[in-house]
Amino acid sequence: MRRLFFLLPLLGALFLIGWLGYPILAGHNPQVLPSALLDKPVPAFDLPSLEEGDGSVTSTELATGAPVLLNVFASWCAPCRAEIPLMRRLVDDGAITVYGLAYKDEPKATRDFLKTLGNPYKRIAVDRNGRVGIDLGVYGVPETYVIDGQGRIRYRHVGELTRSVVEEQLIPLMREIAG
Amino acid sequence: MRRFLPLLVLVICLTGSGALAPVFAVQPDEMLEDPALESRARGLSAHIRCLVCQNQSIDDSNAELAADLRILVRERLVAGDSDQQILDYLVDRYGPFVLLEPPTTESTYLLWYGPGALLVVGGLALAVFAWRRRRPEVTQPLTAEEHARVKALLDGAADEGKET
Repeated sequence: MRRLFFLLPLLGALFLIGWLGYPILAGHNPQVLPSALLDKPVPAFDLPSLEEGDGSVTSTELATGAPVLLNVFASWCAPCRAEIPLMRRLVDDGAITVYGLAYKDEPKATRDFLKTLGNPYKRIAVDRNGRVGIDLGVYGVPETYVIDGQGRIRYRHVGELTRSVVEEQLIPLMREIAG
Repeated sequence: MRRFLPLLVLVICLTGSGALAPVFAVQPDEMLEDPALESRARGLSAHIRCLVCQNQSIDDSNAELAADLRILVRERLVAGDSDQQILDYLVDRYGPFVLLEPPTTESTYLLWYGPGALLVVGGLALAVFAWRRRRPEVTQPLTAEEHARVKALLDGAADEGKET
């Protein structure tokens, strides 16, 4: 029994290796952070709409009674470009409703961008100086927020939307929220 | 020469980065006129993580978000916020990860107190180990009978040595 005492440091080391190694092997990406605003309402904003003469887009508008997505994008961001076709398909299928937040982008550049790729967004708020982005805790575009019917943030995906992200995470969550 | 090339590159890189060491990302146009406020801004910025680069402070980072946050920190300072209010403002939006120095909360007890606890436990273990070893061994002198046996064994060994 006393001899086994010497195994204690080894066991400790193995425990540490397991504990620290597991997230790495499980493919956890430490760069991806959960939103600090989970289960909190979308920070209040009142921004001009991208479309001229369309008035303003406000945060209260996102509380539609049904879950919606808020996609933070910019024309200068390559993954944003890549995820537009997927969002368009899903919108056409009636699977999702997406609001856009044009983050630190020239409205003209955003318009050209959407003219080329097509527009999946119901409405787009123009966040020229990125302050609403900071209120949302945006640190890397594209980011996609799942907003529930009461306008609370339920999930944030950082980075490009892919089929698997949408089908395995966003849509099941939206179904669950919609009940 | 080829063999030394990587070493040479390493030396150049190290000395190069050394020469450039105190370079900050803060742009002159971002700085505040009031030197007291500016120095507070610099102090705060050094403790705020740039979430784009994640191991740099916003004071060091050239990322655009870092620049935005530097400006934001200065705006709030000018507006009269205390240092803590500014940090809280950022934590509300980005979570505690935005602070380069993790706050002491339940989830960070292990981080803050773990090493100290390990040191105490290790020190105690070492002390116990040392104390046990130093304890004088209770030695009893050999009895006459044991003396005789030892002598016999030693003599026997000596004899064997002679034979071979």
